[in-house]
Amino acid sequence: MDNLENFRKEVADWLENNCPPSMKTPLVPEEEVWGGRDAEYINPESKLWLDRMGEKGWTAPAIPKEYGGGGLSSDEIKVLNQELLKIGARPALNSFGIWMLAPVIMEFGSEAQKIEHIPKIIKGKIRWCQGYSEPGSGSDLASLSTKAEDMGDYYLVNGQKVWTSYADMADWIFALVRTGPKEPKHSGISFLLIDMADPGVSTKTITLISGKSPFCETFFDNVKVPKENLIGEENQGWTIAKKLLQHERNFISNFGLAAGGGGSSGLKGVVGTAKKYLGEEDGRIADPSFRSKVATHKMKEHAFGLTLQRSGDEGAKASAASSIFKYYGTEHNKDRYELMIEAMGNKAIVWDGDQAEESEKDVTRAWLRTKANSIEGGTSEIQLNVIAKRVLDLPS
Amino acid sequence: MKLILSQEQEFLKETAASFAKEKAPISHLRALRDSNDDRCWDESIWQEMVQLGWSGILIPEEYGGSNFGLAGISTVMQELGKTLCPSPLFATAILGSSVINVLGNNEQKDKFLTQIADGSITMALAIDEGSHHNPLNISLEAQKKDKTWLLNGSKVFVIDGASADFLILIARTSGAPGDSIGLTAFIVESNKKGITINQVPTADSRNYANIEINNLKLSDESVLGEIDSVFDSIEKILDLGRIAIAAEMLGNAEEAFEITLNYLKERKQFGVHIGSFQALQHRAAKMFCEIELTKSAVIAAMHAADENSNQQERLASLAKFQAGETLHQVSNEAIQMHGGIGVTDEYDIGFYLKRARVAEQIFGSSNFHKNRYATISGY
Repeated sequence: MDNLENFRKEVADWLENNCPPSMKTPLVPEEEVWGGRDAEYINPESKLWLDRMGEKGWTAPAIPKEYGGGGLSSDEIKVLNQELLKIGARPALNSFGIWMLAPVIMEFGSEAQKIEHIPKIIKGKIRWCQGYSEPGSGSDLASLSTKAEDMGDYYLVNGQKVWTSYADMADWIFALVRTGPKEPKHSGISFLLIDMADPGVSTKTITLISGKSPFCETFFDNVKVPKENLIGEENQGWTIAKKLLQHERNFISNFGLAAGGGGSSGLKGVVGTAKKYLGEEDGRIADPSFRSKVATHKMKEHAFGLTLQRSGDEGAKASAASSIFKYYGTEHNKDRYELMIEAMGNKAIVWDGDQAEESEKDVTRAWLRTKANSIEGGTSEIQLNVIAKRVLDLPS
Repeated sequence: MKLILSQEQEFLKETAASFAKEKAPISHLRALRDSNDDRCWDESIWQEMVQLGWSGILIPEEYGGSNFGLAGISTVMQELGKTLCPSPLFATAILGSSVINVLGNNEQKDKFLTQIADGSITMALAIDEGSHHNPLNISLEAQKKDKTWLLNGSKVFVIDGASADFLILIARTSGAPGDSIGLTAFIVESNKKGITINQVPTADSRNYANIEINNLKLSDESVLGEIDSVFDSIEKILDLGRIAIAAEMLGNAEEAFEITLNYLKERKQFGVHIGSFQALQHRAAKMFCEIELTKSAVIAAMHAADENSNQQERLASLAKFQAGETLHQVSNEAIQMHGGIGVTDEYDIGFYLKRARVAEQIFGSSNFHKNRYATISGY
C-alpha cells in the first residue's frame, strides 16, 4: 500500500509539471486528439500533452515498457486514472489502436510486429481504423468476401469494407479478409494490417442521419499487402476477430455510464436537462410523470455502474456479467438521449440556425448518433443471441 | 467497498444453500400450505436454523450472537428465497433483534436478545396501518395517564404477526400522522389483554396479521428507546429489512429463472426444444441482464449497511426497487414460458409468482422506492 501511495505522489508531481493548463479545461470537440500522420492540432498544447503522455507510455498504461507502454499494474492504473480525473485532465489520445488493436497484437502478434506497431500506436504516430463489416456482411460478419489471394510474398486484396470509422483520416486499417475461399466460412478468414497509403486503397464518407460523417466505405482494388502484415496464422483470423470484438464491446459499453451525459453541451445529463426545461418544485423535477421516468433511468444506470464495478471486483469469474455490458450500455445510452430530447421539447427539434443554442443542437445530433450504438460492434440482437447461447446454454 | 463476498460470507452462503435444498425444498412450503398450519412455518426447521447460529447473526456476541452482519444474514435470505422457505428469520432475527439492539436499554437487550439468539422467542414489528407502506403515516395512539400508557388503534400486514410471542408497536405519542417527530416504540407480549390478532391468509401462504389495539395498558418498562423520537432509528432498521428482503427476492428470481431455463431446454414443440426459439431466447437474455443488475445492487446495499456508509439509504431503495422490478418481470415470464403447466397448482412455479407479489409490497413497492431514491438524489 505504501508503494502505491508513493506512486500516487509521483503521478501527482509529474502531472503538476507536465499537464499543460488548457488540458485541464473541459474538452471542446474540435480539439479532440486522435493522432496520426496528418493530424492537425488547433491547440498546440494538445500535441504537447500527447507527446508527454506518449513518451511516458501512459496513453497505454497496461502495456509493458519494452513496447513503449506504461508497464503499470492494475492498481497503479487505477491510481493514474484517479489522479487524471482529479485534475480534470483531457484524454491525451483517443485511439482505436489502443482500445482494440494493441491488445490483440500483444496476444497474437509476432515479436517483430509488436516492435513495429505498438510504440507508434502508443505515441499516436499512426491512426488506425477497423475494416470488419461489408455491404453484404453485417450481423453475419463471418460471411465476408473481401479476398486476399496468396501471390507468394504478398497478398493481393480486393473488395469493400463499410462502417470503417474515420477511415478518411486513418493511416492504417486492420481488416478481416478471406484467404480460404474453399474453407467453411469461419475457417477461411485472416486478420491483416494494411497501410492505407498503399496504391489501390480509397475511401468515401457516409453521411448519417445526424448529419455527421464518422463512418466511411473503404475500397481495395488490387492492393499488394506484404505477408509480414498477417497477424496470427492464415485462416485463423476469426479467433482474433472475436477477441477484438470483446475489446470493442467493453469500450462501447461505457457509453451506458452518465459521464458523457450531455456531452460537451453544458447540459448536465438527464436530471439537469429535465430541471432546466420542465422546471423545479421544492428541488424536484416539476412534472411528476417525467420525474418518474428519470428516476427509473438513473436507478438502472446506478445498478449498471455497480455491475461494471462488480465485474472488475470478481476478476476472472466475471465472464457471465460482462456479456451484458454492450447490450445494456448502448440501450441505456439511447434511452438517455430520448429522455433528454423529450425534456427539451421543441428546443430539441431545431436542426440549424440561431433559434436554438449550440448546446441544444448538439443534443439533437447526439441523440441521432446514439441510434448507431446498438448496431455498431454487434447489434443488440446479436448480443442477446450471445447471452442466450453462450451464457444460458439455450439450444440452437 | 468491493462488490464481492468475503470467504466467511461465501461459506455461510454455501451452508444456507444446502440447508434450503435438503431441509426445506419447495415441497416443504407446499406441505405447510396443504396442512393449513396456522403458523405457516415449521418449528423444527426454525430450531435447526437457530442451531446453525442464524437467529443471532445480527446480535452482539455478549448476548449470544455472532455479530456477523447484514451481508451474512442477507445471503442466507437469498438462499432461503430460492426454495421459498418460510421462517421467523426476517421478522425476528433481522427486524426484532435490530430494534432491540438499537433502541433497547441494557436490561431489555439482556432479556430479549439472548432469547432471540437461543431460539426461545419470536417477534413481529408492527408499523403499517394503511393499504400501502408508509412509516410516517402512523395514528396508533399512545397516551400516558399517571404511570400507565394507554394504546388505541390498529396495525395491518404485520409480518409473523399471527405467531410472534412479542409485538413491537410503533405508536404516536405526539404530533399528527405524517410527522416524523412523535413516534415511540413499545414491546409487548402478544397475548396481552387489549390486543386482538386477526390472521390474514395471503397468496404466499405465509404468516400475517391485522391487529386491533383497544385500551392496551403498558408501563414504562415496555418503552424501547426515547419517547417521541424513534423514527430515524426505525427508518434505518427498515432499510436493513428492505435490503434483506431484496436479497430474498433475488433468490426467488434466480430460482424461478433457473427452473424456467431448464423447462426451455426440456420442453419440445414442433419437434424442437422451445428454448431454440429466438422469441424466447431474447426474453431470457433480458431477464439474465436484470438479474445481474439486481445482484450488484443487493451486494452494494448490504455492504453499505455493514460499513455504516452514508449511501445505505439510497442503496437500500435501489436494491428494493431493482429486485422488485426484476422479480415482477421474471415471475410473470416464468409462468408464460411454462405455458399451460405454469398455471396449474400441481407445478411449483406458481408459488414463486405468489411470493413475488407479496414481497414486492413489503416495506415499500418499487414506486415507493423510486420516489424515495429521486428525493434523496436531489430531483
